[in-house]
Amino acid sequence: MNTAKTRDNDQQIRQRRDTVTLIQSKRRISPFELKELIEYRDLLYFLSLREVKLRYKQTNLGVVWVILQPLVPAIIFAILFGNFGRLPSNGQPYLLMVFTGIVAWGFLSNSVGRGSGSLVGNSNLLSKIYFPRIIIPLASISSVVVDGLVGVCAMLVLTLFFGIKPGVHLIAAPFFLMASLLMGLGITLLAASLNVYRRDIGHLVPFALQAWNYMTPVVYSSSLIPKKWLFLYSLNPTVGLIEGFRWSILGGEPATPLMLTSMTVGLIVSVVAGMAVFKNIERGFADII
Amino acid sequence: MNTDPTIAMRIRSLGKSYSIQHQEASRSSGSLKQNKRTPWWRSFQNLQSAERFREETFWALSDIDFDVPRGKVFGVIGSNGAGKSTLLKILSRITDPTTGTAEIHGRVGSLLEVGTGFHPELSGRENIYLNGTLLGMRRREIKAVFDEIVDFAEVERFIDTPVKRYSSGMYVRLAFAVAAHLRPEILIIDEVLAVGDIGFQKKCLGKMQDVTGEGRTVLFVSHSLSTVNSLCEQCLLLENGRVKRIGPTAEVTNAFFDASNGTGGGSQLDFTKNPQGDEIASLLTAKLIDREGNPISHAMIDAEFGIEMTYEIKNVDQPVVPNLHFYQAGTCAFVTSPAVLPELRPGIYKAVAWLPARLLNEGNYNINIAASTMNPPQAHFHLQDSFRFQVIEDIHDPSRQGYSQKIPGVVRPFLDWTVTTTQP
Repeated sequence: MNTAKTRDNDQQIRQRRDTVTLIQSKRRISPFELKELIEYRDLLYFLSLREVKLRYKQTNLGVVWVILQPLVPAIIFAILFGNFGRLPSNGQPYLLMVFTGIVAWGFLSNSVGRGSGSLVGNSNLLSKIYFPRIIIPLASISSVVVDGLVGVCAMLVLTLFFGIKPGVHLIAAPFFLMASLLMGLGITLLAASLNVYRRDIGHLVPFALQAWNYMTPVVYSSSLIPKKWLFLYSLNPTVGLIEGFRWSILGGEPATPLMLTSMTVGLIVSVVAGMAVFKNIERGFADII
Repeated sequence: MNTDPTIAMRIRSLGKSYSIQHQEASRSSGSLKQNKRTPWWRSFQNLQSAERFREETFWALSDIDFDVPRGKVFGVIGSNGAGKSTLLKILSRITDPTTGTAEIHGRVGSLLEVGTGFHPELSGRENIYLNGTLLGMRRREIKAVFDEIVDFAEVERFIDTPVKRYSSGMYVRLAFAVAAHLRPEILIIDEVLAVGDIGFQKKCLGKMQDVTGEGRTVLFVSHSLSTVNSLCEQCLLLENGRVKRIGPTAEVTNAFFDASNGTGGGSQLDFTKNPQGDEIASLLTAKLIDREGNPISHAMIDAEFGIEMTYEIKNVDQPVVPNLHFYQAGTCAFVTSPAVLPELRPGIYKAVAWLPARLLNEGNYNINIAASTMNPPQAHFHLQDSFRFQVIEDIHDPSRQGYSQKIPGVVRPFLDWTVTTTQP
């Protein structure tokens, strides 16, 4: 039995005998990196698993927290803004409007919130062992995806409860969530790598996310914005994200082409900038951290 | 590119520099930054704290050239700060070299620490998988050796318990077991064998030897000359970031010992011109002496000898306790200090610690000489790695019963044995 295993291992080793690692200064771009990331996919899996498990270990409510976190603020805002403030909601239930906003926003903001400290938080790994560094921020985002999908399920139940029938535009929903996550990933990479050098980023992130949240139609509808400000407002890439997602779930007013354009531009810029900064300073992490 | 199949690692003119920042006007800060192009955000730092920084380049490693033969255990030794850790970090790809290249032929597993990534909240099983994948194993490879790992660590009953409930011994064993089952072609190991109990250490050494028995290459970095001697065939000696010597282990370890003996150390030290210490106490001399108080260059195993130190106490409000730390090959053998001290008064003192005959084994010893006050514990002088001497033994000594090899051990006390026959 054992010898069979050893033989199996030896075979793998023979297959890998040709592996040559060349270590030198300033590797800028290397085509091996994607291949390497694939080789380390099991590590990504187990680190993600760790992330998710640790979030709910020793909690009594476990997954209930994931639903309460968007639901409670949604109820509060629905009462405050919907009932008391009588803010517009395009004829949809205010609660649902806020809930969809929080779910879509959550992919982005939770990624950045949890991921921006990930490199510093895992400095013990970075300084002791080699693996593709990008696995750390990727794994930190995994729990966001899990939480987000639970939130999506809760949202779907809620829409059925309110008697809203899903339309064809539901097909677009995954794309908006994906866009939210990718934008979050780009910003996470940027924030996490800069945070290694300057811990100011750690202080900046929560505050910036909060400010960004206010400028995004998460707890209100963009129909609240006066016409003359709408152009400027629509330049915020997350406006299209939230309004687009909301439209795909609840129907009603679709996001304007300008909103969608800023969203696409924002998405591309954040991913490219995030990757570029991350790659550029990745090799120095172990020396600085 | 190298195509020689007998070489596993080829290192050519490898170097690594850091820039050290000194804060002008104030004390130098030891902050190390990688010496790359100054990134734009660094300029903020200088604006923000209006202090001036003076940068100085420090080469932790330079012009390192060597080959590691395939299937051999190759040792890297050197004193603290010689660049061992930096070399290790470059070869295990944690940090980039500044110059030069290293070609590694084969899959590398590096072990700078055991139990990296272990999380106390996760179970033993979860930690094995997490740690294993961190070390570069695939999930199915871990699955294949999972039972062996659990057996090796002797934690069957607790495998699904969070490791925070483990005893520290179990924790270390589990961490080690994962590492010991790593099966890369090239294994880079730091001084990780220094943990765990003796029995387990032996088991790990055995496992490591298995590893090379199967044709794998090991690069082993250590302070422990005895471990290097027993494991490695070839050795590299680093000194101040440069290769000092490469060759068969015995030659290199001897060179290392001689070199460290040559750096102003010895068995007769005189600091009267520049006393070592602070405003409370300072060391003046340290001598190896015989029973009559005469200075000697080495001690005989069968004769009493003493370590004599003179020191000045300038300023006292509590007892200043002299203490001696005996080391052999980097391992502390024991620490000794006087049980009774004379009354407190500034002045010059002489302290002698007498070592009975046949306490220390033959071999090279290194003594750190210190004096401390205890409230709060603070050393006023602490002379390290300078006072050295050798204990010599005649191999024809009757107590050896004709055995001519080196008898292991730091101490070799003469004990009272009774040997009788139980059957007439």
